[in-house]
Amino acid sequence: MSANIGDVSAQPRPRLLRRDADTGLVAGVCSGLGRRLGIDPIILRVGFGAATLVGGTGLVLYALAWALVPEEGGRRTTVARLAGRRETWLVVGGSGMLLLSAMLLLREWGLWFSDAIAWPVLLAGAGAALIWRQSAAAAPAAAPPVPQRVRPDRPPDPFRARRLPTPALGPAAIGAALVIAAGLVFLWLNDALAPARDVLLAVVVVVVALTLILAPWWLRLVRGLSAERAERIRSQERSEVAAHLHDSVLQTLALVQRRAGDPREVANLARRQERELRAWLNGGRPEPGDSLAGSLEAAAAEVEETHGVPIDVVAVGDAPVDERGAALVAAAREALVNAAKFAGGGTGGSISLYAEVGEERTEVFVRDRGPGFDLAAVSEDRRGVRESIVGRMRRHGGRAVVHSTPGQGTEVELVIER
Amino acid sequence: MTATAPSVVIVDDHHLFRAGVRAELDGLVRVLGDAATVEEAVRCIVELEPDVVLLDVQMPGGGGVEVIRQVAQRRPVQRFLALSVSDAAEDVIAIIRSGARGYVTKTISGEDLAQAVRRVAEGDAVFSPRLAGFVLDAFAGAASLPPAEVDPELDQLSPREREVLRHIARGYLYKEIALRLGISAKTVEAHVSAVLRKLQLSNRHELSRWAVERRLVE
Repeated sequence: MSANIGDVSAQPRPRLLRRDADTGLVAGVCSGLGRRLGIDPIILRVGFGAATLVGGTGLVLYALAWALVPEEGGRRTTVARLAGRRETWLVVGGSGMLLLSAMLLLREWGLWFSDAIAWPVLLAGAGAALIWRQSAAAAPAAAPPVPQRVRPDRPPDPFRARRLPTPALGPAAIGAALVIAAGLVFLWLNDALAPARDVLLAVVVVVVALTLILAPWWLRLVRGLSAERAERIRSQERSEVAAHLHDSVLQTLALVQRRAGDPREVANLARRQERELRAWLNGGRPEPGDSLAGSLEAAAAEVEETHGVPIDVVAVGDAPVDERGAALVAAAREALVNAAKFAGGGTGGSISLYAEVGEERTEVFVRDRGPGFDLAAVSEDRRGVRESIVGRMRRHGGRAVVHSTPGQGTEVELVIER
Repeated sequence: MTATAPSVVIVDDHHLFRAGVRAELDGLVRVLGDAATVEEAVRCIVELEPDVVLLDVQMPGGGGVEVIRQVAQRRPVQRFLALSVSDAAEDVIAIIRSGARGYVTKTISGEDLAQAVRRVAEGDAVFSPRLAGFVLDAFAGAASLPPAEVDPELDQLSPREREVLRHIARGYLYKEIALRLGISAKTVEAHVSAVLRKLQLSNRHELSRWAVERRLVE
């Protein structure tokens, strides 16, 4: 057992003990255990079966493992899942009683190793399970902390220190106590303790005294360590924020000072920096590749940068980009370029892009407040709208409609069925 | 109210920004005073009794949410319009659910801001395109509550409300929406106010999650 604990802490990413219901025969305890230990589950199954037939402990251990080990893919143990319901505690109490009476009955019938073995094995099993689960569950917490996003305009979070993984001693300590108790019970029931009793008493007294003396010092040490760790994480985050601000905001401010004579350029710089900073504060927008909303935002950012017209993007819902989605993004981009060319710059103000990704269709609206135009008067050679927007959408089974009124701006509506 | 310009108190911890807003609103609304901290703001608002408070969302000491909470105990009729650089859902939804009647970003022009102040002073709601987008997102699909707890009056948008919100998200003004949908501007405002009420009172999971996330950070 101790070898296993050692292995767990030595591996960078320990494999947690999980029941494997897919390959398992009953609840997947043996196959999960076998996978973690690297043993053929058959051996474990035979072991459990034998322990069940001879003393009944196999059955008990199996039931415990079912209750305390979460299933593959699930995160909560059966106990934790059931404990959420009120009537569960009644069921647990009842099952405990039934289990106890069954074991007593087995004992009465003689289907029993002997008290000297069965009870210590049960205790040791429970203790080992606690320790083992603890070591496996605590290990990932020791991985380097994921840098959390920090908003520089807010005071440091006083709760963050408390959220650090504290050395979880509770269950592990109980487990250790159970295992030691099992050993003692075994020795005592086999009368091996009689000569050692006096020595044992002395040892117990010394241990208790030492604990009383050392406990406060040890507690202080633990607290000091966690405070130091919190401080280290905080300063790490601070230097990360500083590095980011240096690369982005300070650079832009320097550029702004040098181009102070060109208001248009300065406005562009400020706008681009704002977009970058927002994306960073929001923990990074979704990758354009997998997200329709992300792709539309990227397209808008690109047009905004090239043409120097602010574009407000509002997206509701999201979906992965397929072939049709890509066509939609390309058409929306063309509509944005048109809006920026013909409506931007002057009194037009900003361009709005609204995208709604629904279950049946995706709709995109690109609206500008430019001069607008008379649709009927558009000449045939204006290929921009006709080919790259209307034609493209039609080829992919969608449609594009242009609404425009002179003096009130233009809106391009793109619809594609999903 | 429409005859005289509405009165305003500006609450923001950035001095330059307060001065800028004051200058932009000059002549459009009456600026009674300004405040830079939560305590100062509460004192100032209770004393001056403005029609509308222009409220920054992020301030030291609890931010705009805290100002609304404290003023509500002493002057429950006070109307707030949130004004922030942040466009994160947690910030927007949290301040609206605390009781603000609208949300605009700080890049808004002075004229549009004065228009928004007038609207809030008259008891209407002010939605930016992005806020409309958040609401549509939050109310999309079936309510994520157990069916017995879904209150259709609060947890779902009517088709007309949805249509109005989509137009706001597309960048249309209220009067343009009224024209397009063939209803009066007053009806558009009534729809938006109804949505605001749902936004503040609904128990939809998305809304409470956004609101709670922000409060934890404060």
